[in-house]
Amino acid sequence: MSTASETARPKWLWIAIALAVVVALVLPFLVKNYRVFQFNLVLVYAIAILGLNILTGFNGQISLGHGAFYAIGAYGAAILMDRFGVPYWATPPLAGALCFLFGFLMGFPALRLAGHYLAVATLGLALAVPQLLKYKHLEEYTGGVQGIVLVKPDPPFTFHFLGQPFNADRWLYFFSLAVTIVMFVLAWNLLRGRVGRALIAIRDHPIAAAAMGINLPMFKSLTFGVSAAFTGVGGALGAIAIAFVSPDSFLLPLSIFLLVGMVVGGLASIPGAFFGAIFIQYVPNIADELSKSAPAAIYGVLLIILMYLMPTGVMGMVRKLWARWQPGAARLRVNPKPGMTVPVQPDLTKESTT
Amino acid sequence: MRHKQFGLAIAGLAAAAISLSALAQKKYDPGASDTEIKIGDTKPYSGPASAYGTIGKAIAAYFDKVNAEGGINGRKIKFISLDDGYNPAKTVEQVRKLVEEDEVLFVFNPLGTPSNTAIHKYMNQKKVPQLFVATGATKWGDPKNFPWTMGWQPNYQGEGRIYAQHILETKPNAKIGVLYQNDDYGKDYLKGLEDGLGDKAKTMIVSKVTYEVTDPNVDSQMVTLKGSGADTFFNITTPKFAAQAIKKAAEIGWKPTHYLNNVSASVGSVLTPAGLENSVGIITTQYGKDPTDPQWANDKGMLDWKAWMAKYYPSGDLKDASNVYGYGVAMTVVQVLKQCGDNLTRENVMKQAANLDMTLPTALPGINVKTSPDDFYPIQREQLARFDGKTWVLFGKVYDPGGN
Repeated sequence: MSTASETARPKWLWIAIALAVVVALVLPFLVKNYRVFQFNLVLVYAIAILGLNILTGFNGQISLGHGAFYAIGAYGAAILMDRFGVPYWATPPLAGALCFLFGFLMGFPALRLAGHYLAVATLGLALAVPQLLKYKHLEEYTGGVQGIVLVKPDPPFTFHFLGQPFNADRWLYFFSLAVTIVMFVLAWNLLRGRVGRALIAIRDHPIAAAAMGINLPMFKSLTFGVSAAFTGVGGALGAIAIAFVSPDSFLLPLSIFLLVGMVVGGLASIPGAFFGAIFIQYVPNIADELSKSAPAAIYGVLLIILMYLMPTGVMGMVRKLWARWQPGAARLRVNPKPGMTVPVQPDLTKESTT
Repeated sequence: MRHKQFGLAIAGLAAAAISLSALAQKKYDPGASDTEIKIGDTKPYSGPASAYGTIGKAIAAYFDKVNAEGGINGRKIKFISLDDGYNPAKTVEQVRKLVEEDEVLFVFNPLGTPSNTAIHKYMNQKKVPQLFVATGATKWGDPKNFPWTMGWQPNYQGEGRIYAQHILETKPNAKIGVLYQNDDYGKDYLKGLEDGLGDKAKTMIVSKVTYEVTDPNVDSQMVTLKGSGADTFFNITTPKFAAQAIKKAAEIGWKPTHYLNNVSASVGSVLTPAGLENSVGIITTQYGKDPTDPQWANDKGMLDWKAWMAKYYPSGDLKDASNVYGYGVAMTVVQVLKQCGDNLTRENVMKQAANLDMTLPTALPGINVKTSPDDFYPIQREQLARFDGKTWVLFGKVYDPGGN
């Protein structure tokens, strides 16, 4: 790979990361509790969107049902805490494992389905899960329509910083932040190496990928599992933060919002998940403030405007601008993802159609 | 020097005394001031239950009227109503915004049983009133465990007890068959019926059959109920299933005395699809005046309501009972604030809300809004109504199911 971009990129990257870390650490102490809680939700959605992006963005399998895995993760964590007395910090990995299992099983029938057919099958999952959660034989665990009310965990220690106390909301934010970092590093390591290349190869040309020796069924099922696990971890963190789960929290729109977040952030982009999460967290609130009569219409218009301005999502836009300003940008255009050393990259316009 | 100091001290004491007496007169918690009272609310303006969003708009329109007429004790109401899309997770977020950022005095009429369940604990921990919630579940009237939460409309158990009373009065040897939705809503109603029947519940209820919201229909349940030999039917179902049950009963030739829960008492969305001729004789309860009912065409309360709609909420639907609901519940909270006077603390808001005795011009005659420190159920009285093939006809006395 080019030496110019390799020396330039880490410096740029490290500054960006350092800046992000400082912001993430200090910001919660500059705002009110409720804002901290919102930031926490942004992190939660970012993990969930990253999960979906692994499946849809990188592997090309469209899922309209990731809200179901989010729900399973949230309920998994809630039931473990509520019925089995598992401490809250142990629930995200367990919920992730549970969702991996469900995702892997869902991945099997998905092997026979591609494109729109898979989308419809996963849609069925999103429709079924909220109703199954009300099922009477599960009610003992799920609490039926009433859901489960959880206890918000207290911080293990307290101190004051910038005049603000380190309370339950700030503690949970940092807990989610730690999990988010772990999940993003995991995804980063997974996607930029052999596995990532295999996933993209399957997306772009399954027959060629099989000819190269990639075990297609195994990879696709595993991707489904891993993707579901990420989203499930997001769901578990969401349940802890909100301290309540009920079937009505996980209806079909959740799946669609995750998909919207992924596309807005940028397909096949790891940092894009954050922008997508910010979008699905804040834009409905903006729409609500603009109009009480038709918040959904305002939301729709904002979405259309955004997709017109940034057809490849926020990260697609960032890459384009980066490529324009950076001398020797031609190389970056060939390999537009910072940190990814993928030999064959589809151009960005093609990505948005997968 | 001495004199000067002495004078200062006197002045200081006097100032302190004045400010103390001022404090004694006026007391404020966050959200209240000399000029303003901030009230928060969540409603589903988007999403699956957005039809209920009109309640929020009606409430806002009523507060516009109050403000236009000078406010409450000189204070204007600032009503902040946020969209939660009927998603409990979003309700938590929006209510936290209202309490922690907008710093409202209290949260008023948040809508939906799951949404209110999600914030129930939070509101009581924060000691911010969760006042007159828009759901009929019985659990909102529990002042011992949740002193900061109060319902408004008649609760399901109370309604169940009214049917029980009527059955005991008119048909003490009835054999009752019950169809109910297998969730908290269905069980709430059933408990009311059983409590109302008392010791006789075991012998009188000959069959209890459930259905799931996921079931395609309730046909087999209806056949089972008919087979049980029941001559009285308590129909605890949501609109779609209510229509199916009425239709199926007619198809299989089962003609019990039919009690239908108020949840599904809509002529347009339940009785019409079930067949109006199949619905004749069905009994339900009512507490508010129906805006489409011709008998209230010249009623003062409803004429005032219509005039208010025309002036403050002209885009609202005059046929939608939700707009009557919003008007009535807003009127109730205004009464609470009037009673609070200059003591606008959260504690006093709850105290005054638990000390109501008023009538609403949009409620049926004889139905009042009454609370006490032990009674957190503002509206409990209801009257029975029978369907005559066209409309609900009120009959009999006003029932008071009493405390829970």
